[in-house]
Amino acid sequence: MTLDSALRLRIGTLDLDVSLSAEPGGLVVIVGPNGAGKTTALRCLAGLQPLESGHIRADGNTLDDPAARIFVAPEHRPIGVVFQEGRLFPHLDAADNVAFGLRCRGVARAEARSRAEGWLERIGLGGLGSSRPAALSGGQAQRVALARALAVGPRLLLLDEPLAALDATSRVEVRRELRDSLADFDGVRVLVTHDPVEALALADRIVVVEDGQVVQEGTPDDIRTRPRTRYVADLVGLNLLRGRGAGDRVVLDAGGELAAPGAGSGDVIAIVHPHAIALHRSNPDVSARNVWATTVESLDLEGDRVRVRLTGPVDLVAEVTPGAVTDLALAPGLEVWASVKATEVQVSPA
Amino acid sequence: MTRGRRRGVRRPPLPVVLVAIVGAGALFVLPLASLLVRAPWASLPDLVTAPSALTALRLSLVCSLSATAASITFGVPLAWLLARHEFPGKSMLRGLVLLPIALPPIVGGVVLLLALGRRGLAGQYLDQWFGVRLPFTTAGAIVAATFVAMPFLVIAVEGALRQVDSRLEEAAVTLGASQWTVWRRITLPSIMPTLVAGAAFCWARALGEFGATISFAGSFPGETRTLPLEVFLALETDRDAAVALSLVLVAISVAVLVITGRYSVFGSARARDSRDSRDSYGDLVGGGKAATPGAPARSER
Repeated sequence: MTLDSALRLRIGTLDLDVSLSAEPGGLVVIVGPNGAGKTTALRCLAGLQPLESGHIRADGNTLDDPAARIFVAPEHRPIGVVFQEGRLFPHLDAADNVAFGLRCRGVARAEARSRAEGWLERIGLGGLGSSRPAALSGGQAQRVALARALAVGPRLLLLDEPLAALDATSRVEVRRELRDSLADFDGVRVLVTHDPVEALALADRIVVVEDGQVVQEGTPDDIRTRPRTRYVADLVGLNLLRGRGAGDRVVLDAGGELAAPGAGSGDVIAIVHPHAIALHRSNPDVSARNVWATTVESLDLEGDRVRVRLTGPVDLVAEVTPGAVTDLALAPGLEVWASVKATEVQVSPA
Repeated sequence: MTRGRRRGVRRPPLPVVLVAIVGAGALFVLPLASLLVRAPWASLPDLVTAPSALTALRLSLVCSLSATAASITFGVPLAWLLARHEFPGKSMLRGLVLLPIALPPIVGGVVLLLALGRRGLAGQYLDQWFGVRLPFTTAGAIVAATFVAMPFLVIAVEGALRQVDSRLEEAAVTLGASQWTVWRRITLPSIMPTLVAGAAFCWARALGEFGATISFAGSFPGETRTLPLEVFLALETDRDAAVALSLVLVAISVAVLVITGRYSVFGSARARDSRDSRDSYGDLVGGGKAATPGAPARSER
């Protein structure tokens, strides 16, 4: 399905004006600081919050259009929602939670129950059908919530920070589940997140919302390499290097290696914050384990910092002070050495 | 969360315990004990199986159970409106609904008579148009009992409806649940413990109803003379019978309140648990900063 929406409304101090669109199979990620209106935008799409103006169209069907006096109630929208806190029904067991939406659509009890068991099987929680939510771990509960949302065959899947309330271990577990379950989902997915890895790794398109307005929109690479605001730079303006973990180093897909403690094994993403990269005019004799000879491609002044884009064995973005630019006489075309301490490299399972 | 004594839970201060024991003893234990001591145990079987006693007992059960059913039928929708919707005159309406709790029941009976009596504001039309006469009938006794008992149910259910996690109802809606389905499968199960407790309390109040009944419905054997009225009359003529019937009322009330009380305590403990975990969810809009899930509400030493 295709999604075409312009979400406009005022609640309290929030003045929301966000347009979101997506092609079939697309994954739009909304990022932004707390209170920016991300969750409100999602609630509008779900129909939990009516628009004041604008429109929501899915596959050409209008779901909300105040001007045309059209509003489709949430229970009649082709949606699935995964909430940050799961929101499993505490008095129903896991299978009945998953079966809930099917029951609402008139599927007979036994049939709904067995399809729900099938979903639990699929997400690897086969034996837990008769467990109450209170008996599940945070990660298991969130996977059940995902299965519950997917069980009704939604065309528009809305995920509101599905990992935010989880501890680090469950986060890895649920992220993997999200990736697997969403890989063959052919509807539109809209994901609200704080997690840069999640945003950069999964998104087709990132929409950055601040104070209810879209401040930047584009592909993950666009946003990562050319963040337009301080917030975007801090959140997703990161160096993201894909590779395979090999103990204390990462063998990069693009060639070369990166020393990083606790790189583990399997597919990983190494994250290097631009301010963790030091630049030198000559081969530095420093304790840093990762040193590359690179060429300055461009310099962008952004507030009180300068983002330096580097090409070389590994393409990187470094962030330095204007003073450093002067001291090093940085200019496009200049060859510089870039170094990163191994401890500054963050590794996350892909 | 397990109930009962846990390591590290503090003992209550002695003076508090003593005052509570004295209060409970003087007001609740002593009268009940006196009733048990003074009860005419030998003649008890005869007294409670006397035809008038059995008639009154049957009538009491019919009236109190009917009043409870009526209170649930009218009280739950009323509680829903009060808890979930804003409308003009809402606080006035709530005040009126709760008024019977504060009103002397005898005054309640007078008010009912003025409204539904044969010459009452609405009663005259009930009589003229439908031939329905409430005063001095069993139906009237049920109306009187409902009048005094329903507020207890409304107040309990309204509170429970306010406590229901609306986010679960939202989740149900996103899964395609109609308003009715949300009510039946999410809201009702959440308030069920309180609804049961409220209904039990309402029923207990209806069973004990005296003042409004006697002034609105009178005291006709088999029609409106419920157990409390029977006790009142017996007190003048046959003291032993009054004590025996009182014992029956006490026994029924204690049995039901203990059974449902257990259920409702269990229910509220569950509600407490779910509130704890709700706190740990962190705030929806703020997001991100959730407390440790399952963190104990109070630190244990």
